[in-house]
Amino acid sequence: MTDESKQTEHERGDTPAIAVRPEFHRDSWTGTREKVFQLQDISVHYGDVPAVKDISMDVLHNNITALIGPSGCGKSTLIRCLNRMNDLIPSARVDGQLLYHGEDLYGPKVDPVQVRKMIGMVFQKPNPFPKSIYDNIAFGPRILKIEGDMDEIVERALRRAALWDEVKDRLHSNAYGMSGGQQQRLCIARCIAVEPDVILMDEPCSALDPISTGKIEDLMLELKQDYSIVIVTHNMQQAARVSDMTAFLIVELTADEQNRWGEIIEYDETEKIFTNPSDPRTEDYVTGKVG
Amino acid sequence: MRDPVGAERTRLAVAGARSVSVAELGSQPRGERVRGRIFWALLLLAVGIALLGLALLLIDAMIDGAGRFGVGLFTDPVSGTAEAGGFQTAIIGTLWVIGGVILFSVPLGIGAALYLEEYADRDRWWNRLIELNIQNLAAVPSIVYGILGLAFFVRGPLSLGTVALAASLTLTLLILPTIIIAARESIRAVPPSIREGALALGATRWETTRNQVLPAAIPGILTGIILAVSRAFGESAPLLLIGATTFVTKNTSNPIEDQYTTLPVQIFNYFGRAQPEWLELAAAGIVVMLILVLAMNSIAIWLRNRYEQSW
Repeated sequence: MTDESKQTEHERGDTPAIAVRPEFHRDSWTGTREKVFQLQDISVHYGDVPAVKDISMDVLHNNITALIGPSGCGKSTLIRCLNRMNDLIPSARVDGQLLYHGEDLYGPKVDPVQVRKMIGMVFQKPNPFPKSIYDNIAFGPRILKIEGDMDEIVERALRRAALWDEVKDRLHSNAYGMSGGQQQRLCIARCIAVEPDVILMDEPCSALDPISTGKIEDLMLELKQDYSIVIVTHNMQQAARVSDMTAFLIVELTADEQNRWGEIIEYDETEKIFTNPSDPRTEDYVTGKVG
Repeated sequence: MRDPVGAERTRLAVAGARSVSVAELGSQPRGERVRGRIFWALLLLAVGIALLGLALLLIDAMIDGAGRFGVGLFTDPVSGTAEAGGFQTAIIGTLWVIGGVILFSVPLGIGAALYLEEYADRDRWWNRLIELNIQNLAAVPSIVYGILGLAFFVRGPLSLGTVALAASLTLTLLILPTIIIAARESIRAVPPSIREGALALGATRWETTRNQVLPAAIPGILTGIILAVSRAFGESAPLLLIGATTFVTKNTSNPIEDQYTTLPVQIFNYFGRAQPEWLELAAAGIVVMLILVLAMNSIAIWLRNRYEQSW
């Protein structure tokens, strides 16, 4: 991926997050890369409290897009918008426009259950069901009535999650008997088994040891060929290792420090973010000076 | 780093810490140990008294009723003479009534608990009112439910008459709050991450509840049902009010038409008499009742073990 002719047009005001907003639509070079998500001025409020404001970015097909930033900047809130998991919180309100393959994800006729069939999610703490490994994977296809031999579906999902060899002899044992890394790969396999289009990962490796983390990162790079992945991560090295595009968010405070919300500062190719970021705050964060 | 004062301070602190920890490796101060022992003894005493009470009751009943033990106790119908009487009609009546109670209270109780935990919006005032009411209803004396049953089931709108179905409905109302409360606790104990995981796969709320939440909550729900139904098993006051007849000699075969009696009602009647033969029979009846409760609970515990999952 080259970036000689790709200059982001943005003007910086003296005070952050007001006046002219930088545009993160990479139309000039995305070319034939299809946009999976188009976010336009997305804001999320929990009741009256803002969580994120004015998020605008495009997520591209077969990319791994990373969201990085300090704690509390709304990365999880943002990623949960993408598969309408925020609907489960009664006080959450999402404003702005979110297009998924050109369709409004929050349109009046859109069923959140259908959305989640196509946009899957892996959570921070592995959450396998209290059932056997086989039933964990089979739950999704059974519910969604996916056709095919269930044994084959389960095997295929476990193979793609690089878990098959480790568990093929104990498919009917309790999923809780596995290690944390295995459980998380089980959750990924469970997600793949329903054949989604996008996989969202909310800090998938933060509860795991480095070896398991490495296995899951390798897995992500493989999965990228068939799915689009959005990952929230605290680990900057991980973002640098696996992602194609990185969005850097920070926490903004009102003058009286009563309200805090998250905003995007920069969204660009990973290489640029980590080697030559445009915003000094990005540079401070990725070099470890702050956060 | 040149900081002699600081270095000296550090050395003293380390030396002090080391000496303190060595001293603490020895045994605990005597006062604390004795207190611990006393507390342990008191707890043991509490368990002992509880068990002793139950044991005394059981042994007393067995001794008093010893003369009447035999198969006849289970197979002979209730009769007017103490010598010939068994408990068969009472057993059959109890089974009909309790069967009805289980049939009505389990789906209603679990359904209500699922609604309150999974679907109801806690912020709405009427949901909070419902919650408060259920807590209160669990504490209402059973005789009040008897009056309710008399007014609505035996007479009044349903006019079922003094039949086993009326008893089932009355006792269902009695134990429903207990089941709802126990079921809610059990459902609440299922981690939210399980629900999120299922929903994130594209399951509907009902599919999540039915396939993940409910199976995980079953052991706790069954415990609640065991406790509640055992209570209903032993109720006599409301049943006396709604027409459980004593000395029913024919087995109840139709819960909506026949007369019926139950074990607690029958035993209560016997205890009110003066002749020792009746008292002996009543004591034997207590043992019969305990055997039945044990059998019923064993089935429920077996069911619970089947569903038990390790977290």
